Amino acid sequence: MKIDIKKLLSNQLLIPITALVILCLVNLVNDASFFTIKLAPNNEGYNVFSGPLITILDYGSELAILAIGMTLVTAASGGQDISVGATIAIAGSAMLRVLCGGVSKPEALAAPIIVGFLVACIVGMLCGVFNGLLVSIFRIQPMIATLILFTAGRSIAAWINNNELPIVPDPKFKYFGGFIPGIPIPTTTFIAIACIVVAALLLKFTNLGLYTQAVGINESSSRLNGINPTFIKFLSFVILGLCVAVAALIKVSRLATINYSVIAKDIEMDAILAVALGGNALSGGKFNMWGSILGAYIIQFLTTTLYKFQVDAAALPAYKAVVVIILVVFSSPVVREKLSALSSKKKAAAKGVA
Amino acid sequence: MNQENKKQSIFTKVSDTNLLLVITIVIFFVMYIGAILFQGGAFTKPQMFFNILNANAALIITSCGMSIVMISGGIDISVGGVVALVSMCCAVHLDMHGGNIFTSMLIALGIGLAFGLVQGFLVAYLDIQPFIVSLAGMFFARGMTTIVNTKPFNVENAAFKALMETRIYIPGMGTVNKKGIYVPAYVEPGVLVALALVIVLFIVLRWTKTGRSFYAVGGNRQSALMLGINVKRTRFISHVICSSLAGIAGYVYFLHVGSGSASHALGMEMNAIASSIIGGTMLSGGVGNIAGTLFGVLSLSTIQNIVSNAGLDQAWWTGITIAAMLCLFLVIQSVVMAQKKRALK
Repeated sequence: MKIDIKKLLSNQLLIPITALVILCLVNLVNDASFFTIKLAPNNEGYNVFSGPLITILDYGSELAILAIGMTLVTAASGGQDISVGATIAIAGSAMLRVLCGGVSKPEALAAPIIVGFLVACIVGMLCGVFNGLLVSIFRIQPMIATLILFTAGRSIAAWINNNELPIVPDPKFKYFGGFIPGIPIPTTTFIAIACIVVAALLLKFTNLGLYTQAVGINESSSRLNGINPTFIKFLSFVILGLCVAVAALIKVSRLATINYSVIAKDIEMDAILAVALGGNALSGGKFNMWGSILGAYIIQFLTTTLYKFQVDAAALPAYKAVVVIILVVFSSPVVREKLSALSSKKKAAAKGVA
Repeated sequence: MNQENKKQSIFTKVSDTNLLLVITIVIFFVMYIGAILFQGGAFTKPQMFFNILNANAALIITSCGMSIVMISGGIDISVGGVVALVSMCCAVHLDMHGGNIFTSMLIALGIGLAFGLVQGFLVAYLDIQPFIVSLAGMFFARGMTTIVNTKPFNVENAAFKALMETRIYIPGMGTVNKKGIYVPAYVEPGVLVALALVIVLFIVLRWTKTGRSFYAVGGNRQSALMLGINVKRTRFISHVICSSLAGIAGYVYFLHVGSGSASHALGMEMNAIASSIIGGTMLSGGVGNIAGTLFGVLSLSTIQNIVSNAGLDQAWWTGITIAAMLCLFLVIQSVVMAQKKRALK
């Protein structure tokens, strides 16, 4: 069988699948029990699946939801939103404020959960509007523009609830980040699937994907073709805001409360990493949503593997940073050019021998 | 440009650098004088000003490095992490490995230089976005800090403590306190280092070939290439300088706090970027001034002091005010530049 190296090298899903295979091999060699899945009753007495793979599915889902929005922002603006962790804190805090009515230990819910979620959506989208305005109208680089909320976000989140940590009294609220009684698969999986389906439908039946890529590839020529780049960029940030709100629901639901300085810490790094790992160019333009979603689960795979190797949670970023550097080095145009030049040279040599 | 056109607006007469610098300096003086008039108290004493310098010597140094990278069209958000890593490594070296002050200084410089070389290479020669590279650098440095030592601790080394408690008294600026005792005004050694670096970098940026090439590369990479400037090397050097300055700043920071901790200098990269922007450095590159950066740091810390003096002492207010101020200046820059473009047309 003849394999075209150049074609293989240029396939977008090459990087994530290679990473997945390497991670699986590492785990297989280290401890094969990594792949076992147990069905056992949890604290509430329901039978649920557990095991490292389920953890990956559970925690990878919130990352996958963020990766959807982050891919759009990356493709449209050629930059990344680094405020997602902080805006999760803001949206989550607003949701708690509505659900608990400003009381730290309420007896009953002050508002239905759906109202709390809608408020979180509005707040998340408002953060998106703020970032989007700075990027699209004032033409500030996305990473600098989102740096503002990155710094202020957690402070604003603490301020919304007066620095108190309200606890949601309703056990139903915990379903979103845990398990629904009787269903052994984490609820986050279903939420992620719902988000992915919505995103896929949106890309299939609207021109959003096409327009986003056009703006990312060449802003001025897309304008000449009748696309409004300002609006597309703005829209991508608002969509990310919506994704952030969903992630905030999951994050807050896990604890039924919030910790302003810790919630969703460093998640922006993971979300950006998911986009990069999915084979998407961080400088914008063409994108592959499926690559990013796959990337998100692989990042969680990496995190879980590192925990398995007893890496301290605070030291985790150091290892991930090395992965990022390796990734960006291999996807940089300069290195790619050299690699493909090398492979074609080999081919020429082989031809010469023949 | 059209020399005969006498109806040029004020925007076109002043160069970008000077216009933004003037805005910054005016804002700083208005703010400080406003604080003296309306808040009085500590602001009337000269020591207040020196305390701002003492607390922010490290920030001044990192901001200068940040300005240089930003002038040449890049960015470096790893500086806060480097500062934390340097202070932790020096602390461990001094206390657990029986090192002396001289070798700890070498370690500080070495860490900064290593970060600069790697990041500079990735940015300049492999053409990777500086933001991604330095984001990874930041996470790497923070993670390494905990790997070096998990728990924060104070340094007990006698020679270091003596250096840490060194004070340089400034004659004629002291005040008499309530008990009638004369309290002399002082600065810490780090401030002298910071000010010396500001002067050196100011001269380098203004009058040397390397300094001017930073502006050329940041302003327009293509034209800089046409002028025969080695664009890659210039970007490389800018990152090396920035990270080395972060290493020096790490030591100055360490000298100020005297301890190692993974949570040191959290958000310093943000403050450094904010100071540079407030000081008139343009994010898009090519415009900026080290003197402006110095005033940027001073404005930022004056605002912080005003906020905490006004009784809004909760920690979150600092974050919110800095972000608001950064936002304001970014928008001012964006509007000023748009106006200027229109005036030139």
